[in-house]
Amino acid sequence: MSTEQNNPQKYYVPDQSIWPLVGSVALGLIAFGAAHFTIEYSNEQAGFGHWVLLAGLVVLCIMLVGWFGDQIRESRAGLYNAQLGRSYRQGMLWFIFSEVMFFLAFFGALFYARMIAVPWLGGAGNNEMTNQILWDGFQAIWPLTTTPGGTETQAMGWFGLPLINTIILVISSVTLHFAHVGLEEGKRKKLMNWLFVTIALGLIFLGLQMYEYVHAYRDLGLTLQSGIYGNTFFLLTGFHGLHVTLGAILLIVMFFRCKAGHFNKDDQFAFEASAWYWHFVDVVWICLFVFVYIL
Amino acid sequence: MSTVVTDTHSAHDAHDHHDHKPTGIKRWLFTTNHKDIGTMYLWFSFIMFLVGGSMALMIRAELFQPGMQIVDPHFFNQMTTMHGVIMVFGAVMPAFVGLANWMIPLMIGAPDMALPRMNNWSFWILPFAFMIMLSSFFMPGGAPAFGWTFYAPLSTTYSTDSTALFVFSMHIMGMSSIMGAINVIVTIMNMRAPGMTYMKMPLFVWTWFITAFLLIAVMPVLAGVVTMVLTDKYFGTHFFDAAGGGDPVLFQHLFWFFGHPEVYIMILPSFGIVSAIIPAFARKPLFGYASMVYATASIAGLSFLVWAHHMFTTGMPTFASLFFMYMTMLIAVPTGVKVFNWVTTMWRGAMTFETPMLFAIAFVVLFTIGGLSGIMLAITPVDYQYHDTYFVVAHFHYVLVSGAVFSIMAAAYYWLPKWSGVMYDDFLSKLHFWCSLISVNILFFPMHFVGLAGMPRRIPDYALQFADINAIVSVGGFLFGFSQLIFLAVVIKAAMKKGEPAPAKPWEGAEGLEWTVPSPAPYHTFDVPPQVK
Repeated sequence: MSTEQNNPQKYYVPDQSIWPLVGSVALGLIAFGAAHFTIEYSNEQAGFGHWVLLAGLVVLCIMLVGWFGDQIRESRAGLYNAQLGRSYRQGMLWFIFSEVMFFLAFFGALFYARMIAVPWLGGAGNNEMTNQILWDGFQAIWPLTTTPGGTETQAMGWFGLPLINTIILVISSVTLHFAHVGLEEGKRKKLMNWLFVTIALGLIFLGLQMYEYVHAYRDLGLTLQSGIYGNTFFLLTGFHGLHVTLGAILLIVMFFRCKAGHFNKDDQFAFEASAWYWHFVDVVWICLFVFVYIL
Repeated sequence: MSTVVTDTHSAHDAHDHHDHKPTGIKRWLFTTNHKDIGTMYLWFSFIMFLVGGSMALMIRAELFQPGMQIVDPHFFNQMTTMHGVIMVFGAVMPAFVGLANWMIPLMIGAPDMALPRMNNWSFWILPFAFMIMLSSFFMPGGAPAFGWTFYAPLSTTYSTDSTALFVFSMHIMGMSSIMGAINVIVTIMNMRAPGMTYMKMPLFVWTWFITAFLLIAVMPVLAGVVTMVLTDKYFGTHFFDAAGGGDPVLFQHLFWFFGHPEVYIMILPSFGIVSAIIPAFARKPLFGYASMVYATASIAGLSFLVWAHHMFTTGMPTFASLFFMYMTMLIAVPTGVKVFNWVTTMWRGAMTFETPMLFAIAFVVLFTIGGLSGIMLAITPVDYQYHDTYFVVAHFHYVLVSGAVFSIMAAAYYWLPKWSGVMYDDFLSKLHFWCSLISVNILFFPMHFVGLAGMPRRIPDYALQFADINAIVSVGGFLFGFSQLIFLAVVIKAAMKKGEPAPAKPWEGAEGLEWTVPSPAPYHTFDVPPQVK
């Protein structure tokens, strides 16, 4: 038996763990709290929703620290093998694929609105009477600065801040690659420096994005409520921003793990996964820049 | 149990733990064991089946007679909505995930699922998600009443406050499904025993492999569309509102882009189950294994190109209707290949009719009826007549109840000896089968006729000429519902180990690695991967 136990080809099946249950409690609290908070917010009434939501987020943080802490300890203790490494990598790739499909739903909404819904409201195809009777005087243009209902807004241009943000995010993908090369070559200093630059660029991106939102709300009158143009603009860039935030948190954790001397050429799953995630949000941004801002 | 620990102390520890189950409630709360998690999924699914089923009985009780007798229309709508949501997301999907958890590692010779802790997380999200979903009954205005398809603007402009609970509970259900699916895919790609090449995998593993891909591809789209419903209702967006440049039809496109692959998610694993059971009791290898694999993959691929056949009457350009009509009919080809292969497997086989086989044969016949009514519905001009009638209800209940649910029953009887270690009660199981078979047809077959005659679905009252058939249908519904309690009795009896002890391979013609381990399957199996020749 003990020779079998020492077989490096054997899969690590972990012992019982409390964290999945804690994570489920957290998600349950978050969902319940967020739902009640949404209801109370829209009805402008006082309630308990935000407290439940907050409690859920706290439990989620505890779970993340505890669960990832266990993972890191086991990984450092050398319990994992190459097969498990493959499982983790494949799992991460499929997770990123699911994220791609999530963004696809919103891109789908954008394309449908631009190519079908708005032209039809403007009388395209056999919809002349729709335009004349229901939305008389409505002009189908994109960006949709005047909705059929009459809400007006200004469009967000692509030159200036969005272009700068694109350049920043593309550069951050390259610097992250340099950091990874540093890790592969065993050059710690190179790794740390480029990783630091990547995180800094990511945070600058987020700062500029927030500034852009302020600009949109204050100067352009472009809000979440400004019809389908504002809806798709804010949900696409907003969800992208959330993903950048998550990616930046991952990279910050990786920074401190690298500082603690973790990872080497053969043992770097967490770093790789974070890097893939970062490249993924970069690609999403390029699609955003093309389809939301330029075209 | 830690199986690759290298230091002697832990190795000794692991040795001590070998085949000792953790005890008490902690075993179930903190488990990383695929068999425990599979068991929990299956029990959860059965409880939800009874909950969703009692809602269906409420619907059938109201429809027993024309006029309003028992519930008010708003509550009737809540019942149809929650019945659908619970059966789809709470009963059928978790049952398949439970079967996947139990059987895939045993079938491919793996010690566990690839990501055991995440596996437990995907299960335990579900009870919380459904507690939130069911808590919506206690909200002002009651539970969601817009149908399980939650079409905008019913779910946005005209819905009650409980919509937010519906949306967020859908979100965490989706997370659970995505994690479960990632786990299945990674397990199959990475944990197969040496020699278990892809084209040697049992078809149940193959069909789940493809199902998991569908899940990862479409559950995020569902998350996206419920998010848009949430922002439309509560945060002033206009995705589904023409006044803001949006379109309610956009909702239907997004929803059915999720929804159509979703219905295949609920039937592809059934194909795998039936493809395991029919060869076992016909004592012949499955006819056309490779064509089964390719047919499953083609069905999955086509499922992304047919979504708008749910929307023929919504208003689409004619070329779009034609495209979706032809694509839909194309699905009949790979599905026909499957039915042909099952029948051919039985042809001149040395057949016996144990309960799993009875359910499997019933599946083939009744699923085919559901498939053929599907082809009728796929014909665009004809669908204008059938759309939103009881004909549609009959169609999808034939594929989901006498299809998916019957296959789950077949799977439960087929593998129950492996799970429990005892043979199930033969008399009760046959009673369950015959009661279910007869009552399911009394329940759903007459629905075709009232549907063709124009009785609309989701309406609590109906014209007098439909009265007789609705009374028959309701009787069938109650018979079917209470027949399932026989199944509950069979399972409880087996779980309490009352019955003849089962050998490692209780079915003479069964094939596969799961029959090489003892019954009941030890807590840990295939610590050392078997060699597959």
